[in-house]
Amino acid sequence: MLRQPLSRALALSSPSRAAPIAAKRYAQVQAQPEKVEVFIDDKPVYVPPGTTVLQAAAMVGVEIPRFCYHERLAVAGNCRMCLVEVEKSPKPVAACAMPVMKGMRVKTTSDLTKKAREGVMEFLLVNHPLDCPICDQGGECDLQDQSMAFGSDKSRFTDIHFSGKRAVEDKDVGPLIKTIMTRCIHCTRCIRFASEVAGVDDFGTTGRGTEMQVGTYVEKMFLSELSGNIIDLCPVGALTSKPYSFAARPWETRRIDSVDVLDPLGSNIVVATRTNEVLRILPRTNEEINEEWLSDKSRFACDGLKRQRLVTPMIADSRGNLTPVEWEDAIVAAAQAIRDCPPSKLVAVAGELADAESLIALKDLVNRLGGENVCTEQYFPMEGAGTDLRSSYVLNTKIANVEEADFVLLIGTNVRFEAPLLNARIRKAFLHKETDVALIGPEVDLTYEYMHVGDSSSILKDLATGSSSHEVLKRLQSAKRPVVILGADQLKGSEGPALLAYTQELALRLQDQLEDKEWKVLNVLQRTASQVAALDIGYKPGVGKVLQDGPKVVFLLGADAGVVTRETLPKDCVVIYQGHHGDAGASIADIVFPGAAYTEKRGTYVNAEGRAQQTLPAVTPPGKAREDWKIIRALSEVLGARLPYDNLDEVRDRLAEISPALVAYGDVQNNNYFAQARALAQSLQKPVSGKLDVQLKQLEDFFMTDAISRASPTMAKCVQAVLKQKQSPY
Amino acid sequence: MLSSLRSGVQSLWRVSSRALQTSSTLQHDSLFVHRDTPEDNPNTPFEFTPENKQRIDALLAIYPDGHKRGAMIPLLDLAQRQNGGWLPISAMHKVAELLNLPKMRVYEVATFYTMFIRRPIGKYHVQVCTTTPCWLRGSDTVLQAIKEATGCEVGGNSPCGKFSISEVECLGACVNAPMIQVNDDYYEDLSIEDTKEIIEKLKRDEKPKPGPRSGRFASEPLGGLTSLTEEPTGPGFGLQDALKA
Repeated sequence: MLRQPLSRALALSSPSRAAPIAAKRYAQVQAQPEKVEVFIDDKPVYVPPGTTVLQAAAMVGVEIPRFCYHERLAVAGNCRMCLVEVEKSPKPVAACAMPVMKGMRVKTTSDLTKKAREGVMEFLLVNHPLDCPICDQGGECDLQDQSMAFGSDKSRFTDIHFSGKRAVEDKDVGPLIKTIMTRCIHCTRCIRFASEVAGVDDFGTTGRGTEMQVGTYVEKMFLSELSGNIIDLCPVGALTSKPYSFAARPWETRRIDSVDVLDPLGSNIVVATRTNEVLRILPRTNEEINEEWLSDKSRFACDGLKRQRLVTPMIADSRGNLTPVEWEDAIVAAAQAIRDCPPSKLVAVAGELADAESLIALKDLVNRLGGENVCTEQYFPMEGAGTDLRSSYVLNTKIANVEEADFVLLIGTNVRFEAPLLNARIRKAFLHKETDVALIGPEVDLTYEYMHVGDSSSILKDLATGSSSHEVLKRLQSAKRPVVILGADQLKGSEGPALLAYTQELALRLQDQLEDKEWKVLNVLQRTASQVAALDIGYKPGVGKVLQDGPKVVFLLGADAGVVTRETLPKDCVVIYQGHHGDAGASIADIVFPGAAYTEKRGTYVNAEGRAQQTLPAVTPPGKAREDWKIIRALSEVLGARLPYDNLDEVRDRLAEISPALVAYGDVQNNNYFAQARALAQSLQKPVSGKLDVQLKQLEDFFMTDAISRASPTMAKCVQAVLKQKQSPY
Repeated sequence: MLSSLRSGVQSLWRVSSRALQTSSTLQHDSLFVHRDTPEDNPNTPFEFTPENKQRIDALLAIYPDGHKRGAMIPLLDLAQRQNGGWLPISAMHKVAELLNLPKMRVYEVATFYTMFIRRPIGKYHVQVCTTTPCWLRGSDTVLQAIKEATGCEVGGNSPCGKFSISEVECLGACVNAPMIQVNDDYYEDLSIEDTKEIIEKLKRDEKPKPGPRSGRFASEPLGGLTSLTEEPTGPGFGLQDALKA
């Protein structure tokens, strides 16, 4: 199957592309072709053949200006900004598309090069509007920067009064991306991103010559979960962020490096703030997680941080209405309720956005009071090895290494919406490495072709026991680097333990026959950012059993998924909610503690592959809200069960006591004890007959999944727009 | 002092005469975005005829697997011919479906090539060449004659719906200038009378004889041959004796 034109594949697999550090270990050992020597501005550099002039120049620190070239997209070579002089070449050559040749002498500062750049710049500016003062890209615009650095100091364009500049009608591509197409310089980065990375072939160029325009031809929303990335890719102000439009200039904002918590991958982000307000969120490059992309929910849900916030402690009055009170009153009331409650009737439930510090504080508190009921909303089967062995609940292959896989089996997960950037990796492997994908579960659009094996769980059983006659089994067995990804949502039901056991069996069976002993096959994709840390700390997954026992006090730590409801609780049960949004949890609470959201605290989050990362405070929590672990620490004092840590460092020391992996920031440990987990799960391999289903099937399901994104007006607009687009015939 | 007065006046004049900024005029007679119209929308029925389906199979057989998209232009052309000379968006969708391509890739091709017409046009698409050689030989008057005879403006359809006129660049028949193209046929060496006669015949749905109207067969000199008039010489003509076998 030819997945894309050969030239593209060649351009992308050129050896000098920086491979992710973790992925390099598995890179195929090929006979390295002899390196060729080239000279960039008389500086010699040895590069593998096939490297482009632009990449060779980057190696010696010479930056060549470019608009259309992007290292993660196919080479287009249409902007001509990267023209450089090459000795003995009659014309300047496009550095981004020109492979190096032996002894090539490139001059990037010669008169010819400078003149070529000035000429290209002049042509680009002929039809580019001079609206920088009202353009949102101003200050972070490649065209601005490069015309300052490489352009001419004057313009010869005098035609403005005669025929005017070229004008193009704006497009409507949805509520996230604002288009001002007159500013477009036709670099086609957005088109390439849409078709290569996002897998939504809706962008293209229509028309020809001076009337050529970039767009969708028909009115159509850009139906992708990664659409926001074309805003970053656009070198000019043609595609800008609609929610952020006219909000701030880049030099006015303060940028804080942080980590996203709205999906389980923990993408690295930069939070841009001004006057204690989160203005926008941008991706931060991390080759091992998100490369330089970011999903739309992570990027645009930040306006949900300003709405529906809990800003003051509250206690329900006699009529059940939550009334604002002082911290002291709320904590004393909570302490009273907890003191009156036998420890076995005290239940703590952690939600999807809880950080490791507050998780450990809450667990320590409950334990000090003599209770054991600390659980998470997401279920995970405790039969067999349960959560004792970390390998059973994380992505063991690691996100970056998925690119190296040659066969991917997805079980009961719509990875496109549960972890968009993991799906982008799989798509990348599908396109460039001929990786094949198979799916057990409902048929969903993953943006690439896959083998749909069916949606009944017995298929998994047949695969694990080797009794399946399906082609997938043969493919898995012949694969050199297979990957099996199980969606954690499947483990909720009564067949969950069996499904996990079969997946472990299948993955381990495959792993045992691999030549590459380092390669890990088994992956469990969690749904939330807090789950891995919670399981590491020792939370019990799932609330079902403890709620049936009739708790007297329920402490919800940001538990908003709606698994704890008033109907399931006894009438006299006191619900304490600690969190940042007035969502499902706060609405059933008797006492509310306002906590801090992920942009407001220094918190540890462990992503789905088990990598600890920390968020940094970008803004202060609103009103009387406080950092979560501090609230629990204060409560412990009033309860007379003082937690032994007074500052964040001490909390983290406590985390390190439990597991050093929780504070090894940026690092991910290899997991072991696969065989033991498999052995413990042997007895769970019971017959299964159910069907696998996923929660997020369509794009409209993707946008609002947690307390922050449910409060976000932008996300609501996205859902509306997607539903509207579904009515359209295009 | 006089000069400063003059520059003052000039700057005043400049201010007062500052033109209202408008964007540039469209340089093409069709839009490069789609607008739904009653005639042209995604629900416009379009289905290839059985004969054309056979042709499609033959066309697709030319291209190897994985490169079937190469058949896009022939398929679009087939669709346009079947649909009376223009390409509705539903036909583009059909082609995309046949080739298993994203619709955008078909839109790109259909908008790039000017011979794909994306609006309803008349039965006879009259393309008048107005490039320099034809223009020197009177294409303006030919165009005027056509406009009068059909009641149609350039880029539009005639009231009767039978004709559409386009002004086009060189069609490669400069030796027989001025010329027009009606659908697939060239009419060359035109005078105003010839043009009117062609239009009249077309109005009656008769097919005028294509080719030059000056009595020439093709593009030979009008007054007979001026060179190469003698009998062609045989092989070996003018060779030295030594080289002859």
